[in-house]
Amino acid sequence: MATMDVDGKRLVYLDNFAATRTDPLVVEAMLPYFTEHFGNAHSRSHAYGWSAENAVDTAREQVAKLVGCKAGEIIFTSGGTEGCNLAIHGVAKMYEERGKHIVTSAVEHRAVLDPIRSLERQGYEASYLPVDNTGLVSPETLREAIREDTILVSMIFASNEIGTIQDVAAMGAICKDKGVIFHVDACVGLDTETIDVDAMGIDILSMSAHKMYGPGGVGAVYVRRRRPRVRLTPLVIGGGQERGMRHGTLNVPGIVGMGKAAEIAFETRESEKARILNLRTKFEGVLKEGLEEVYVNGHPTQRLPGALNISFNYIEGESLMMGMAGICVSSGSACTSATLEPSHVMRALGVGEDLVHTSIRFSLGRFTTEDDIDYAAEECLRAARKLRDMSPLWEMFKEGIDLSEIEWKHD
Amino acid sequence: MAYGDKVIDHFENPRNMGSLDKGSDTVGTGIVGAPECGDVMKLQIQVEEDRIVDAKFKTFGCGSAIASSSLATEWVKGMTIDEAHALKNTDIVEELGLPPVKIHCSVLAEEAIKSAIEDYQSKQSKS
Repeated sequence: MATMDVDGKRLVYLDNFAATRTDPLVVEAMLPYFTEHFGNAHSRSHAYGWSAENAVDTAREQVAKLVGCKAGEIIFTSGGTEGCNLAIHGVAKMYEERGKHIVTSAVEHRAVLDPIRSLERQGYEASYLPVDNTGLVSPETLREAIREDTILVSMIFASNEIGTIQDVAAMGAICKDKGVIFHVDACVGLDTETIDVDAMGIDILSMSAHKMYGPGGVGAVYVRRRRPRVRLTPLVIGGGQERGMRHGTLNVPGIVGMGKAAEIAFETRESEKARILNLRTKFEGVLKEGLEEVYVNGHPTQRLPGALNISFNYIEGESLMMGMAGICVSSGSACTSATLEPSHVMRALGVGEDLVHTSIRFSLGRFTTEDDIDYAAEECLRAARKLRDMSPLWEMFKEGIDLSEIEWKHD
Repeated sequence: MAYGDKVIDHFENPRNMGSLDKGSDTVGTGIVGAPECGDVMKLQIQVEEDRIVDAKFKTFGCGSAIASSSLATEWVKGMTIDEAHALKNTDIVEELGLPPVKIHCSVLAEEAIKSAIEDYQSKQSKS
């Protein structure tokens, strides 16, 4: 179901960490809220409002169940980026009397890094914890980085680039011990991983619908209400909705969609984790057997099942994507980013600059079939071999030349 | 980012992809760029009596880089050394319809041509 013929070319979608197809069951659940139950969920006085409000309440419960919290602890937003901004700016402003130090990692998404950098320009301080070469932050470095004036620790649950899953529970325990608010960016991974905010000591959790087979434009933030009660200074104000933390009329159809997506994730996360892991293992195996000099970026086992970020040495990423046209993926290569800067996550892993340009991110998902990955592997190998024939670096490697010894002519 | 048709054409059907004998006196080899930059072009020319009779390229780089170097070899074949030296990156940009963010690929191709010529000429002055 993930393939589509366009101009006669078969398309296989393997970019699920960028966006996921909205599950048809989710779309079905949302539709009545556009044209039948279209009321404002805060219209207290009539049936249109009540039915919208009921639907939102149900969705709140569905999302809460997914992460192990109470429905009243869920705030709805416009997406993951807003959620991360709300968590970071919200804590920073609310607790600025207590301190102005934030601890985070070098592999966060821009939705976390940019707000933190903006706070640094306003007089806050931040510590960016390094990762090992599999992308893991050591809980011990976190413990050492927390100071008297630390008010927030913000960690990504699982990397959208390489899939590595952090030791969140261990970090949560440290934060509890030190009395610091712990925000986890869980925009990626809720469709296959089990997060329990109490067991993991999480105080704020950002979520995004469109990465878990829900619609775009909606997300949610869990904000702990007890032990301790966490409060956030809102970013969006005018009306008082969502316990004063995120005002504005609710996106009812979007929220209904997110709730349904959460329900499906809750029911299928275990079986999906196993199924997708099987497919990825096979896919990875075919690529590794078919080509020499390929390197997987990310933790070998503690990694999202759909994640395969792989460097094809001596082949530039964008050219490989072009060569396997029809296989829809992303690359860590500078050529593909708007700023011509290679991925900060790959840099943090210690991947050499030359290898960074050769990386491709495949992200398998709910609608990926075995046939998809068989075809994709075949296309990838074909394109890779063609590009190796075309590569002067591969030619030098084959001649036994040590590329690190060469003095390159460049500006 | 949608790729231009000409860029795709050069990618699918590269002209003159391959290698010449870099040890030969009549061959000039230019290697420009760096792996850390994501662009390396090797461009070689075979020269007979001041005219380029054959040219080959190999490129590590994006589709636009591959197309730029492929086009460069296509153009220089049949040119004199001086004519090849006069090729400007802007000619490549125009022919391929490269967007601003890819202009540097054409610059590298121009440098590759000049580097190959320089290599050939330095071999001539030694003999």
